[in-house]
Amino acid sequence: MTMATSAAPSQRSPGRPKISASLQGVAYGDHAFKLVLTIAALLIPILLGFLLLELWQGSRLAMSRFGLDFIRTSVWDPVAEQFGAFPLVFGTLLSSLLALLIAVPLSLGVAIYLTEFAPKFLRQPVAFTIGLLAAIPSVVYGLWGIFVLIPLLRKTAFPLLRSALGFLPFFQGPIYGPSMLAASVILAIMVMPYIMSVSREVLLAVPNSQREAALALGATRWEAVITAVLPYARSGVIGAIILGLGRALGETMAVTMLIGNRHEIAASLFAPGYTMAAVIANEFSEAATDMHFSALTYVAFVLFVLTVAVNAGARLLIWRVARGSAVGSKAL
Amino acid sequence: MNRRLIRRVASNAMVGLMIVAVILAVLPLLFILLNLVAKGASSLSWDFFTKMPAPPGESGGGVANAIVGTLIIIGAASLIGIPVGVGAGIYCAEYPGSRLTWLTRFVADVLNGTPSIVVGVFAWTWIVAQQKHFSALAGSVALAMLMIPMVMRTTEEMIKLVPNSLREAALALGYPRWRTSLAVVVRTTMPGIVTGTLLAVARIAGETAPLLFTALGSQYLSFKVNQPMAALPLTVFTYATGPYEEWHRYAWAAALVLIFVVFLLGIGARLAIGRSQISNG
Repeated sequence: MTMATSAAPSQRSPGRPKISASLQGVAYGDHAFKLVLTIAALLIPILLGFLLLELWQGSRLAMSRFGLDFIRTSVWDPVAEQFGAFPLVFGTLLSSLLALLIAVPLSLGVAIYLTEFAPKFLRQPVAFTIGLLAAIPSVVYGLWGIFVLIPLLRKTAFPLLRSALGFLPFFQGPIYGPSMLAASVILAIMVMPYIMSVSREVLLAVPNSQREAALALGATRWEAVITAVLPYARSGVIGAIILGLGRALGETMAVTMLIGNRHEIAASLFAPGYTMAAVIANEFSEAATDMHFSALTYVAFVLFVLTVAVNAGARLLIWRVARGSAVGSKAL
Repeated sequence: MNRRLIRRVASNAMVGLMIVAVILAVLPLLFILLNLVAKGASSLSWDFFTKMPAPPGESGGGVANAIVGTLIIIGAASLIGIPVGVGAGIYCAEYPGSRLTWLTRFVADVLNGTPSIVVGVFAWTWIVAQQKHFSALAGSVALAMLMIPMVMRTTEEMIKLVPNSLREAALALGYPRWRTSLAVVVRTTMPGIVTGTLLAVARIAGETAPLLFTALGSQYLSFKVNQPMAALPLTVFTYATGPYEEWHRYAWAAALVLIFVVFLLGIGARLAIGRSQISNG
């Protein structure tokens, strides 16, 4: 419809048959061009529709049998065809939140340092180097985690935590290698580059007048950051963190290799756990019954809904800041 | 006076803490790369690249089948993903007002945040379950789905950077719209599109989760996309979680090769964009 506008001015003079004939050809070319592009653009929503449909149909068997109890009960027994995914949902949420607990202070520290304090020549190289972490494949993190990180944590950090904070139930009990805490540490390393680069962009978008006003009132540089820069960028930074959460929730390989894969909820973070992504990775190719497949597809469906909700929230928050309205951050 | 001193000390202490954060953030990268080279480089040999895997427990052998498999799977994924991604990107940039543009952008953002394992389950129910056997093609489709939103968004962003005057100049010379798009707009942004595409390929090259129950992995060298096929990320996973010492060494070596490929694609992407900046003057 709108695409013919470019040719429209010449089409208004129909008195010359020669030109109009060649313009006919032009219009055909344009139509064909638009058709091809439209098909490509249409394919993306169609694919998502297919994805939803397949996940829905695949999990219908388990949905009709277990309903919403699926995410409230804890028994996972493929032989008895009894499936409850609560430990998986719990493990996914806990490992991701722990990862954020570690990654957020670090990545915000780096982002603030790089935008506000670091000497100019350092900014680009450091941001690039940390960005490289995002390029490392998940399975390589898993490999490194099994053979380097877990032995290291077992020797140093875990015993230290147990002796210092052992009065808390989270740091009691035997120290296995693969554990909730080990998976959280690797997740923290993996989501850090995402949180860092997005919050860095948000901080760069804060107008200089904010900083100057605070400094003019006698604030130190740190006070300027905490009183003028961060409040302005607040909703964007929160968006960056939630985006990191979305990444952590769906992360599969590294977590599968480090979390220990046990269908249980343990108070201790040294104990093994399980996540939704990990159970799909482990059991899908070995599932034997239709109900088992269906239950795993149901898990995938729940995971999909969860990550879409989290990502949508993050985009909304980032979008508010990126549009330059500080009003959005006030509302939070 | 004293108060001011405390405030200044606090400010400097915070900056100190931030420098510690930077060091802590860079440390894992150095650690991972050093470990990869230290533990993987010694197992790299001519045999590693050219031989088939040895039977479990036996020493020797290589990962030639996985390297070939990865190239085939990624090649097929690119063949599906790049045309769709670039086409959709051009559509969104050239027809910014249309409702389809809005929908496509929104859906691409949703797909971009979708866990790769979920896409793997989708490829399984859609293709593997219908065909009743595992196939590399299903893996390629899953990887293509991860690739499309990335390629689409970079293509769109790049095309938006083209000044309108360039477009108007071409139209004024009597170019039809499609030729303006292809020969002027897309061509100017080609280096940017290549960069985005290479980065997308680099990201899917290391993906393991969508291949677990689509391409599955295989002990043999296979060129049939309709059959199970080995892939480097799958090799790293199987060997790392396996019981043999020899396998672990091979896992490190395979991971080193994988990282090398990913970084090489990343460097290629940087070079492409560097060229564009020169050509833009």
